[in-house]
Amino acid sequence: MNEYLVDIQNERLSFFTPAGEVKALNDVSLYVREGEVLGIVGESGSGKSVTAYSLMGLTPHPGRLVGGDLYFNGHHINRMSEREMRKIRGNEVSIIFQDPMTSLNPVYTIGNQIREVILLHTDKNKRQANERARELLRLVGINEPDKRLKQYPHELSGGMRQRVMIAIALACEPKLLIADEPTTALDVTIQAQILELMMDLKKQLGMAIILITHDLGVVAGRCDRIAVMYGGKVVECGTTDEIFYHPAHEYTKGLLLSVPNMNDRERKRLVPIEGSPVDMLNPPAGCPFAPRCRSCMKICLGAMPDYTPLSDDHYSACWLLDKAKFESRGGAQA
Amino acid sequence: MTAKNPLSFQLKVDDFLPATDAEKQSLVQMRPSVSFWKDALHRLRKNKVSMVCLVVILIIMIFSFVIPSFYPYRYEQQIQGSEYLKPMVYSIKEQARIAAGEKVFPHILGTDGLGRDYAVRVMMGSRISLLVGLIASAIILIIGSIYGAVSGFFGGWTDMIMMRIVDIIYTVPDILMIVLISFAIKEPMNALALKPGFHWIQTIGTNMISIFLVFALLYWVGMARIVRGQVLTLKQNDYVTAARALGASNARIIRKHLLTNCIGTLIVTTTLQIPSSIFTESFLSFLGLGVAIPLPSLGSLASDALNGLNTYPYLLMAPALLISLIILSFNLFGDGLRDAFDPKMKG
Amino acid sequence: MTENKLVEVQHLKQHFPVKSDKLFEKKVVKAVDDISFYIDKGETLGLVGESGCGKTTAGRTLLRLYEPTAGRIIYDGKDITHVNMLPYRRKMQIVFQDPYASLDPRMTVGDIVGEAIDIHHLAANAKERRDRIVELLSLVGLNTEHANRYPHEFSGGQRQRVGIARALAVNPEFIVCDEPISALDVSIQAQVINMFEELQERMGLTYLFIAHNLSVVKHISNRIGVMYLGKLVELADSYEVTFHSVHPYTRSLISAIPVADPEISRSTRRIVLQGDVPSPVNPPSGCRFRTRCPYADALCAEKEPEFLEVSSGHFAACHHLDRVK
Repeated sequence: MNEYLVDIQNERLSFFTPAGEVKALNDVSLYVREGEVLGIVGESGSGKSVTAYSLMGLTPHPGRLVGGDLYFNGHHINRMSEREMRKIRGNEVSIIFQDPMTSLNPVYTIGNQIREVILLHTDKNKRQANERARELLRLVGINEPDKRLKQYPHELSGGMRQRVMIAIALACEPKLLIADEPTTALDVTIQAQILELMMDLKKQLGMAIILITHDLGVVAGRCDRIAVMYGGKVVECGTTDEIFYHPAHEYTKGLLLSVPNMNDRERKRLVPIEGSPVDMLNPPAGCPFAPRCRSCMKICLGAMPDYTPLSDDHYSACWLLDKAKFESRGGAQA
Repeated sequence: MTAKNPLSFQLKVDDFLPATDAEKQSLVQMRPSVSFWKDALHRLRKNKVSMVCLVVILIIMIFSFVIPSFYPYRYEQQIQGSEYLKPMVYSIKEQARIAAGEKVFPHILGTDGLGRDYAVRVMMGSRISLLVGLIASAIILIIGSIYGAVSGFFGGWTDMIMMRIVDIIYTVPDILMIVLISFAIKEPMNALALKPGFHWIQTIGTNMISIFLVFALLYWVGMARIVRGQVLTLKQNDYVTAARALGASNARIIRKHLLTNCIGTLIVTTTLQIPSSIFTESFLSFLGLGVAIPLPSLGSLASDALNGLNTYPYLLMAPALLISLIILSFNLFGDGLRDAFDPKMKG
Repeated sequence: MTENKLVEVQHLKQHFPVKSDKLFEKKVVKAVDDISFYIDKGETLGLVGESGCGKTTAGRTLLRLYEPTAGRIIYDGKDITHVNMLPYRRKMQIVFQDPYASLDPRMTVGDIVGEAIDIHHLAANAKERRDRIVELLSLVGLNTEHANRYPHEFSGGQRQRVGIARALAVNPEFIVCDEPISALDVSIQAQVINMFEELQERMGLTYLFIAHNLSVVKHISNRIGVMYLGKLVELADSYEVTFHSVHPYTRSLISAIPVADPEISRSTRRIVLQGDVPSPVNPPSGCRFRTRCPYADALCAEKEPEFLEVSSGHFAACHHLDRVK
């Protein structure tokens, strides 16, 4: 059906809250190839986590898919029943969350929680599952696995808990690992450890990773491709080098200019992006970034731009790109 | 991957002109200001049960405080020959007066054993019960909130000692205290009542004073505990630290930052305290430890009515019904208030 | 030079008692354990470190929001460790991390900013008060009409500006910035960082800038101090700390920071530390960093390294600086 492992086409998703319809995702299109690492970068309200959750069918109430198609590993996700989804969750696709404090159940031992996944999706017995659990702990770099298996989450540090989460996620060797801000709650030195671990495991197991974060630095050295999201839309997507060295969208450019760089030798003034993040209850009719864009044109306020392909993997949705095309055609409608 | 944009076929040169700041601003409006009170009021209004209870409470208030002033009968007025009249029945003397052309207002709820119009007695009884409930709750609110706030704010040893005092107070039996205090202050109060300006003591009775005293001494502990709990949580917030960093005094912080943020809890707890106080007073009056005669309270009316229960059941039903109605409405309204102040859903 | 120092702490300690399992045992968390530094007038000193290092506690203790367990705090030449702080509250202020918890939800923005004016009687009448509030709001880029609104109606970045306006209301000389941008969206952080810089230029402010994001700290600070488990391990000029750090912890911290540049990111040799940060209740003996340090030996377990000047203006605490490559 599809050459991509993950193919999200024109997804629209809204939350129907008492305060009104929150259009969390407004035409999101993404793809991920097998074994690839895609970074999704965005701020609060951008819809990055919502996208990932919808891929696993975990959209919380009162959210609902309003349009589009989601394909994963040959499955047509939005047409699947809850029972069918449960078969692939933890098995073909796994997710690790931001806060390791709350994502592990405090009343069950680590061993119990790892075994649970194994017992659910494979036909191993308890002893074999325990063996596998021990193997997984070693894989994620936790020493004294026997001791750890009997411990409870509160007895481990933040970094360890995140490793346990990764172990649980990898128990059934999924084809796709979704990491939702996996290191945001961790200290920088621990963050480095965890990211290093994830990349090693990816090499060993050949899985694809969707890495969701707001930190441009995290995606810079580790992702093959990056999707930049703003206000419920993918505004730009391309290879890491294309995004960092040839950004096409004003938001991406603004973001790169506004982040202080450790390696700057002289003191540069940061160039901030004006304005405030978009109010998802009242999003603008056109491009969500329009009110904050320094190159905003009249058309940007009223209409949503199409995606303009810039290279094989690089595309962006911006009226400026259409303007260039328009002008190159001599201003007349082709 | 490419989305179809319905407007992509109608591009004009003008579309690509830069947008003005005004145009951009028009898309970013702040939502209309909603203060905490407006928000809570809005939620309260949507709660039908609470609104009905509010209306009932208002009706009862009018019934108790306004109507007796316009009523043709007084609560202590004993009418000879009109004892134990059934509702809407006239006594022989009254019938004679009607025949003589006089207009005699009917006894809507009949009369009691001493010929007093029962309707107005019930109204006065309701007024006394409500007043006791309101005053007692006010006492509890003031003492309890200040005590709890101070204890929670200072923490450490102060908090520990203050809370142990609360624990001890909890163990004191309230009815016993009322009886003891009543007994103890009877003589001095009676002596005081004879002095000019203190005659009201005789009207209310030493029992009532004891009740208020006991409320002030014992009943505020529940409120104190609740407020202390709230304050303990609230003082962790950075805005309290900010106030300290600005140089605010402790009193200012407790007043402006801690208690104001407890207001929802304070209002709800007080509203729910009112029926509790009314019930306590009714119960005490029922036992004969309440208001002094001839002042009626719903509890004392019920108590008196027990004597002739078989022959004159209406004498018990009216006050009992009214107590139930008052307590029920306040309780339900208090529940509604609690839901309204609960900041669970924010836009 | 001593004449230029605005704020100084000497051997500052802040220990918090902690609940213990045993009845008569007194456990303490040595959140800040003997640190000394100074900040010159008009300077920004950055303070970085990971969770549990004590930087936030240090900032708050400096303002006497916690009473120091030991040590001295010196402001503009005067020892303020035990004095009445009220007059100093006008000179030393603080901006907090969490824009949601640092503003009283029941007060309007105008009242929040005006509270300082009320406490210190800085306005003679209501009109003066109102004018001053409007002036402060415009300093941080907010309008008059915002004064009557409540905090929950604003975004995180705007709330943070209100917090800054509040701190400026007393016309301070020194501000402790306690992780002021960590809770903000990336695109807003730059706005607020610029605001801090502009205000510093305009009003001649001195900052203690506490953050865990070293890139931001490096951008805004003249000098940087690195803390680990309650101790200062290195202190030097920003450039020196970034490119010529000498302490092994600083080195690994810097190499761990994600850089928003793919080529540099790919080519950086990362020093990945093993293990987790030890608990501040039970810090390791001797040098606290030794459990994760690749150069540690027996000496490190026995003796705590002293915080010494290793080159002009560059301080570090380590027994084996010569070993660190």
